Amino acid sequence: MSLLSSRNRKVLVDPLSKSNPVIILVLGICSALAVTAKLEPALVMSISVIVVVAFSNVIVSLLRNTIPARIRIIVQLVVVATLVTIVNEVLKAFAYDVSKQLSVFVGLIITNCILMGRLEAFALGNKPWPAFIDGIGNGLGYGIILVIVGFFRELLGSGTLFDYQIIPSSFYEAGYENNGLMILPPMALIVVACIIWVHRIMNKDLQEDNN
Amino acid sequence: MKSLRNFLDKIKPNFEPGGKLQAFQSVFEGFETFLFVPNTTSKSGVHIHDSNDSKRTMSMVVLALVPALLFGMYNVGYQHYLAIGQLSTGFWNIFVFGLLAVLPQLIISYGVGLGIEFIVAQWRKHEIQEGFLVTGILIPLIIPVDTPLWMIAVATAFSVIFAKEVFGGTGMNIFNVALITRVFLFFSYPSKMSGDSIWVRLGDTFGLGKGTSVDAYTGATPLGQIATAAESTIQPTDIVGNTLSLWDMFLGLIPGSVGETSTLAILLGAAVLLITRVASWKIMFSVFVGGFCMGTVFNLIGTTAAMNTPAIEHLLLGGFAFGAVFMATDPVTGARTETGKYIYGFLVGVFGIMIRVINPGFPEGVMLAILLMNVFAPLIDYYVVQANINRRLKRAKVKNN
Repeated sequence: MSLLSSRNRKVLVDPLSKSNPVIILVLGICSALAVTAKLEPALVMSISVIVVVAFSNVIVSLLRNTIPARIRIIVQLVVVATLVTIVNEVLKAFAYDVSKQLSVFVGLIITNCILMGRLEAFALGNKPWPAFIDGIGNGLGYGIILVIVGFFRELLGSGTLFDYQIIPSSFYEAGYENNGLMILPPMALIVVACIIWVHRIMNKDLQEDNN
Repeated sequence: MKSLRNFLDKIKPNFEPGGKLQAFQSVFEGFETFLFVPNTTSKSGVHIHDSNDSKRTMSMVVLALVPALLFGMYNVGYQHYLAIGQLSTGFWNIFVFGLLAVLPQLIISYGVGLGIEFIVAQWRKHEIQEGFLVTGILIPLIIPVDTPLWMIAVATAFSVIFAKEVFGGTGMNIFNVALITRVFLFFSYPSKMSGDSIWVRLGDTFGLGKGTSVDAYTGATPLGQIATAAESTIQPTDIVGNTLSLWDMFLGLIPGSVGETSTLAILLGAAVLLITRVASWKIMFSVFVGGFCMGTVFNLIGTTAAMNTPAIEHLLLGGFAFGAVFMATDPVTGARTETGKYIYGFLVGVFGIMIRVINPGFPEGVMLAILLMNVFAPLIDYYVVQANINRRLKRAKVKNN
């Protein structure tokens, strides 16, 4: 791994687990609830966020010395909005069905807290290359959770994965039924809670002291 | 009794730390305190000592539920034999059919729920708490008789884990655990929890009561008929088309969830709860008042069949009475201040009828109303307490001047 210094590797790997934007910082929850009823939109949404957060990090990092501090939020929003528009147009051109399913939520990446958080906390104070790696790391951290949630919700809620029937029809004949609650947004929250639960069991240092 | 005590004392060392069966210590302790008044006293502060601990309170609730349970079993059989036109089969056949239909659900509900409780108690090293004694009997009473057993198991596990244990176990839950089970079933498997074909068991139970339904049979509950009626007034009928009188609705030989049909049996249970002072009469009373007021208001507006249903019928039909007596009065999830109980109960009644009437998709609005008010109970308590503090502050100031 000569490509990444140890510091950059930490920047890339930390958001995947120990400082995951969804399950540790609890950011980006809204879209995690909205797009994860099926696995495919969850995956496309993850990729979109990875692209947007990585490149907006780079652009803001390049501009960081010229952005006046008082109007930096507006400048960041312009950068993010531009990238989101590009992503949205690309999706409409090459993956129309998915972009229909994602509807307004691609546009709402602009207000995704993960983006503003990374721009403010990292890109404004770091060079473009670490900023890019940070963006990839956080986008991946967000994406992993979305895909896990989407996997369970589609499997248990529709019996399919990527719209391909997984649960055999003999199960349904024996009386099995899809869990309709899994399709509804509250279950996304409970699945995220379960992920947090398991994650904290595996990482003792994340557990809060109750006393 | 004495020999039982001696037996428990004899096997007790096995369960103490270091004993052979120490993994089951909490299970042993649970059964010991269930059978005998525990021999321990509080060690700090001043306490009123009373042998009526929460295990005995729960036992009273279970006792109060027995009339509804027995009547529900009889009604399951009654609806079945009415549907296949063989009512002349006799009381015992009818009752045994219902008993065999409901008993597996009861066993599954207790088995899954208590199993999880035992595991968590042992894992967290605290005593087994007794809340599930009531929840376990409530669950089969508030679901349709044909609900598949595996669904009951999944829903019970979900609600015990996510509505109770994650909040810290018995006494810490925000929502009524039995109602969460029902809501989970309702939203997860709507085809098995609503509609016209689930309230009466047409098939046989372990080979008992074989037969095909008579021609006039329709499986809709009175509330289902009201919710789907096209006309603006409707007279509910039973499953073979006879018109139901108020007395029929009160007595409860009508289709519906197992334990909720008979207002008579529920009122018997309510009497037990009120005489032993386990449940608050303020909540029960104000739920009925709230429901009646809302029903009357809808009667005055009166554009749909649900609005035109007399307020008194609303109180007798569906899960209203059951919810008022056994669900809303849950001391853990309801309001705790005395004034708050009136407000809480009244709003449960109002919202229950409102959801039932306005949204035909949820004829069973009472469960949603109770869960909604569970959320607001602490807020109601907070304002009641604050109002009292302000009143006393004002009084103190007047004196000072």
